[in-house]
Formats: sequence, structure tokens, C-alpha cells
Amino acid sequence: MKRVQRGEVAIPTSITRRLWAFFHRLASPRYFYELAGKLVPWLGWGTVLLLAAGLYGGLWFAPADYQQGDAYRIIFIHVPAAWMSLFVYVLMAGAGFIGLVWRIKIADVVAKTCAPIGASFAFLTLCTGSLWGKPMWGTYWVWDARLTSELILLFLYLGYIALESAIEDRRTAARASSVLALVGVVNIPIIHYSVDWWHTLHQGPTVFKLGGPSISLDMLVPLLLMTLAFKLFFFTMLLVRARTEVLEREANSAWVRETVTSQ
Amino acid sequence: MTSFHEFIHMGGFAFYVWTSYAIFALIFAWNVFQPLFHQRRVRERLARRSRGMPR
Amino acid sequence: MTPTRRRRLIFAVLLIGGIGTAVALGAYAFRQNLFYFYSPTQVAEGDAPPNHPFRIGGLVEKGSLKRNGMTVHFMVTDTAKSVPVVYTGILPDLFREGQGIVAEGHLNRSGVFVASRVLAKHDSTYMPPEVARALKRAHAREAAAARTKAAEAGAARTKAAEAGAR
Repeated sequence: MKRVQRGEVAIPTSITRRLWAFFHRLASPRYFYELAGKLVPWLGWGTVLLLAAGLYGGLWFAPADYQQGDAYRIIFIHVPAAWMSLFVYVLMAGAGFIGLVWRIKIADVVAKTCAPIGASFAFLTLCTGSLWGKPMWGTYWVWDARLTSELILLFLYLGYIALESAIEDRRTAARASSVLALVGVVNIPIIHYSVDWWHTLHQGPTVFKLGGPSISLDMLVPLLLMTLAFKLFFFTMLLVRARTEVLEREANSAWVRETVTSQ
Repeated sequence: MTSFHEFIHMGGFAFYVWTSYAIFALIFAWNVFQPLFHQRRVRERLARRSRGMPR
Repeated sequence: MTPTRRRRLIFAVLLIGGIGTAVALGAYAFRQNLFYFYSPTQVAEGDAPPNHPFRIGGLVEKGSLKRNGMTVHFMVTDTAKSVPVVYTGILPDLFREGQGIVAEGHLNRSGVFVASRVLAKHDSTYMPPEVARALKRAHAREAAAARTKAAEAGAARTKAAEAGAR
């Protein structure tokens, strides 16, 4: 049966039509489950390699900073975690939006599984930022615009998780939580631009700014390696979580019964 | 970094740096193991259920 | 109460509590602290709240730092205006002349900012100490070259003037 499906989509010739066909197949829970299962080991090993390289580069190879000494090494987890907390939120809201408008089951699954991972990144950002703030600024916490808006991001994630799990009916839960996620998107540009819009204790951007990054290359490379490692890690764990969620949601279909009893 | 002692000492910021990295390790570990355990539980539950169900 | 209902109740409470806290924090942070600190220019123009503690932020003016035991006196500047600050207590590691800082406290009658807490603001530049030293040397050389050039130009002008007078 799978053969026939593949044959059907092999007919279109243009790239756009092929892409459409791919997305259509991706929306099928079974195809998603199988493809994700194949991707997970690759992404997982990629994460391990990148993490090893990034940690070696950041903790050993990179020189100390001229102002902050070795304390700046927190940057290699703080900044990737912060970037990812924003990225994951945008992805979650985007998937939620697709689920709301087109009622695609996989989109709801992706939105739901983004939340706990994103929340953990936001939490990591706040913890490491706090531990960086104490020795450098002289305080664990201040209520400036950057720190407060990142804290609100964590609350948005937690609110999303609570709302999603409080509603029994899956469709209603997905709809309500997607609305919450979409409302919360306003916070994303606020976090990003807070350091430009208002006077904050938090410093301005280092990497993405006019005139290029103001960080020396042997510090930038480990930072980018760690960022890539975080990104791959996120996608690995997203797929693992999404597969479980697909199994649960499709529990009554024949292929799931086959899959769970075959092992 | 030139020596292991220097690496551990982190120029006097060992507490802040290593606590940060410890939290990072814990959060990554949670992110790996929580979904794996959850998946196992779900599979077991579904397997029990589908065995009790007529095909 | 059934476990499912209790779970729902807990979630509802958590949800309301969470959103409530978030909104309250947001309102608090963005009304009072939209600007985490005022600049010396804002203070000079009277934008800072009078008779109220507030924060002032800027650079520690070079050559203005005087230590007297645990008490420090310095000027905080945004290059346009400067405000004198006095503070007694422990300063963060990064505190030094030329460094960005944020001080919490109030203005006294003679226009001196009495700080109860001083926080260091660091810039968003990261580089090894050797590079920083090399940059500093290069800047110093450039400045010296500019001075010699100016002096030469000055000497040339005097010479020309002398020649003209003759």
C-alpha cells in the first residue's frame, strides 16, 4: 500500500509540486512517525558531536575575556539557550497557527511538544543569566526590561502547558492553547529589542548587529557550535516527543496497534 | 586554558561557571530521559490495551 | 472529588495564578521600570523623580574616582552631562573608571547622588586580553600620530606666518 502512495507522488515533476506532496505526506501521522524514527539517531549523534566540539572550544580552547576573565564562559550556554527559547516559541506559535487554520493533526502535535523543551530553555537562560549577573553586575536579578520579558516568556510556556493539559478534549485543548501561544508572540520582539528600546542593565546584542559581531573569532566559533548543538538537540527531542504523542493520538488505528505489539 | 587546575579554578569564577554548566547538564538530561521513559510507558499501556482488544 | 477533577482544578488554579503573576509583573516592570535607569542628561533636565529613589546609569568619568576607605566618590557621565555620586559599600568586580554602571539611590539637596547600591554594566564586546592591549596600543599610537601631525601643522603655520611677516 505504501508503494502505491509513493508511486502517486513520484508523478509530479516540478519542485514545488514535489514539496507540496512531501508536506501532504508529512501530515499523515504514520509517515511522520516513521520518518521521525529514521531521523532521530542522525540528529542525536550530530548533537553529541557538536556538543563535544562546542564544550571543548568554549571551556578549554577559547581565551579568557579582557574584562570578565573566565566568567564570560557562561555565554556558551546562556546565549544559545536564550536564542532557542525565542526560536522554539515562534515555532510553537507557528505550528499552533497551522493547526488552528488548517486543522492538521501533526501541527498540533508539534506545537504541544515544543512547549516543555522551550520552557526548559527559558529556565536555563534565566538560571545561567542570574549566575552570570552576580559576579559581573553585582546582582542575581534586576527588574529590567530584558530580564522581565524573558521571565514572562517562561510564564507563557508554563501557561501554555497548563492550559493544554487542563482541557480534556484534544481539539479544544489544541485550539485554546494555540490562541494563547499566538497572543504571546508579541513578547518575542519585546525580548529581542528590549535592550535597544529601553535603558537596561543587560548589555546590547553582540552577534547580530550593525557592523558585525563584536566578539573575537576564537570565542565566536564555539558559540556558534553550541548554538547549532542546541538546535539539533531541540529537533531530536522534539521528534522523540512527537512520536510518542502520535502513538497516543492514533492509538485506535491498526498501524499503531501493530507497532506497539510488535516489540 | 593551559592546565587542569586553571580549568577547574576558572579564574576565581568556578562557582558561577560550574553551577551554570551543572544546571545545563541537568536540564539536558531531563530533556533526554523524561521523553524516553514517557514513550516506554505509553507503548506499554497501548500494547496492553490493544492485546485486550479484538483486531 | 475525582482525581481528574482535582487535576483540572489544580491546573486551572496554576493557570490563573501564572497568568495573573505574569500580567502583574509585566505591569509592574513596564510602568515603573520601563527605563531601568535615567541618564545624567535626563537627571540634569529634571526628568528623574524628585524625592523618590531612582537609578542613574552612565560611565564612571575618567580621573574622577576618589576612594576614602569604604566610601567612593565619582562622577557618572553620559559624555554630555555629569552627576557626582557618593557610595559606601562593596563595589562589583567590574567597577573601574570608564566602566558603565547603574547606581540606585536619590539626589540630595546639593545635587549629589547618594547611592545605596552600585551595579556594573558590561559592554557587549568579547575579546582576549592580548587583543584588548594591542587595540589600546594601536589607539595610543594613532592618537600620538594625530598629535604629532597637529603639532607639525601648527609649526608649519607659524613658519608661514613668520615668512609672511618678513
